[in-house]
Amino acid sequence: MLQTLQSLAGFVVNIPILQEYGYRILLGIRMTLIVVSLSCTLGFVLGYFICLARMSRFRILSGFALAYITFFRGTPLLCQLYIVYYGSGDLRPQLQDLGLWTFFRDAFFCCILTFTMNTSAYQAEIFRGAIQSVSRGQSEAAKALGLNRIQTAGLVVMPQALLIALRPFGNELIGMIKASALAAIVTLLDLMGQTRFVFARTFDFSVYLYAALIYLTMVEIIRRIWDKLELRLSRHIRPRFEVLAKEEAKAITIETSMPST
Amino acid sequence: MVWYDLLFGPNGWSGLLLQGAAVTLALAVVTMPFGFTGGLIVALAKISASRTIRTFADAFTTFFRGIPDLLALFIVYYGLQAIIDKITRLGLPHIELSAFTAGVIALAVVTAAYSSEVWVAALKAVPASQAEAGRSLGLGPKVIFLKIILPQMLRIAIPGLSNIWTILLKDTSLISTLAVLDLLRAAFTASQRTTRPLLFYSVAAAIYLIISIMATIVQAYLEKRMRKGIA
Repeated sequence: MLQTLQSLAGFVVNIPILQEYGYRILLGIRMTLIVVSLSCTLGFVLGYFICLARMSRFRILSGFALAYITFFRGTPLLCQLYIVYYGSGDLRPQLQDLGLWTFFRDAFFCCILTFTMNTSAYQAEIFRGAIQSVSRGQSEAAKALGLNRIQTAGLVVMPQALLIALRPFGNELIGMIKASALAAIVTLLDLMGQTRFVFARTFDFSVYLYAALIYLTMVEIIRRIWDKLELRLSRHIRPRFEVLAKEEAKAITIETSMPST
Repeated sequence: MVWYDLLFGPNGWSGLLLQGAAVTLALAVVTMPFGFTGGLIVALAKISASRTIRTFADAFTTFFRGIPDLLALFIVYYGLQAIIDKITRLGLPHIELSAFTAGVIALAVVTAAYSSEVWVAALKAVPASQAEAGRSLGLGPKVIFLKIILPQMLRIAIPGLSNIWTILLKDTSLISTLAVLDLLRAAFTASQRTTRPLLFYSVAAAIYLIISIMATIVQAYLEKRMRKGIA
């Protein structure tokens, strides 16, 4: 009986593999988190400027932004990664002259660069959709109050637009966590890369399932955080009774959790 | 004109790239019906009356939407082969899963998980009174679904489904990692032989771009056509 249980547990949790390679998996998680957080943050900033360009009155600027967005959303991320990682080898002499070769030689920087550009195209479209969904009356009212353009954008339009964009930004972050697994193909040792390494050593299929579980956990954590964030940030526009009902429910749970006298 | 020779010269690579593009399109086109039908079945399971079926359907979508598509591909490719090996050990002839088939299955599973959300939203958007009206006319459940619900659902589902088609098209590039000679793999091969990666990957990107832009045009046409009966 005990032996059956042990072998069953051994199938689910392969202890020798975790003992020998657990550290690698942890390193992989760290790398994935670094890559995702760096490229999403940089992509957020870049995406904002691309959105501004896209909405600009200057035809050339908006045309360029449209081409950028169409390219990065219309081609596979893996293809873009290959262009940057392998394609930079073609331009090696020029890059060496510019002193940029050390940057492009490293798979890590190539991944950051590609992911940043890719996610900035998506985030630019999220920004644009959110800004356009803030009604025109808002900026007209701000103008009537004598606010200048920067004040209107920063104090009136942006706070409302960012709230609308919150959910799509969360989805983009989750998408980026999943997309970052492609970095493994260009030899970066992120979670996927380390998993492939361990699989190549052990031929134990369960490592892929562990990796799946870890990715699932990361995605689920982000989803939970985002739910909480949305609830918190939109509390001023939710119907009053809903807030009241929540508070009431809280009061009831507090009451019931207190020892009865 | 070095690049012209490399692509269209006597030993040019344009033929291989076009072959790769055909494989990429074939992968996407073969996967699409399986993925979308699978998604519809999962969607029906999600709104099923049975709690067990609902839980299974939810677990399926949560799993495949929560893991990288590349990982899903590896899990299906290695996992399915392991399962097949176990079954065939019982005395059946040995079956080797080709990378193309594994790719289609993996992509279909992922596409089903993605599209089930679109189908659920579309199913919920068709008012229940439509099915009731069908029942009061004495139609069977099959006829009600195929002739009344599905046509109205499709109109709502098409924008979402065409988004998923774009994702599917881009995801086919992952199958190049299993050594299927798709468009990206063709570019990979060509650039290894010629040491001109920048050129070939850019051409591959351009072909992908052309396919996606064509898909957007088809989508606009479909959406217009589906709206015909409405206003």
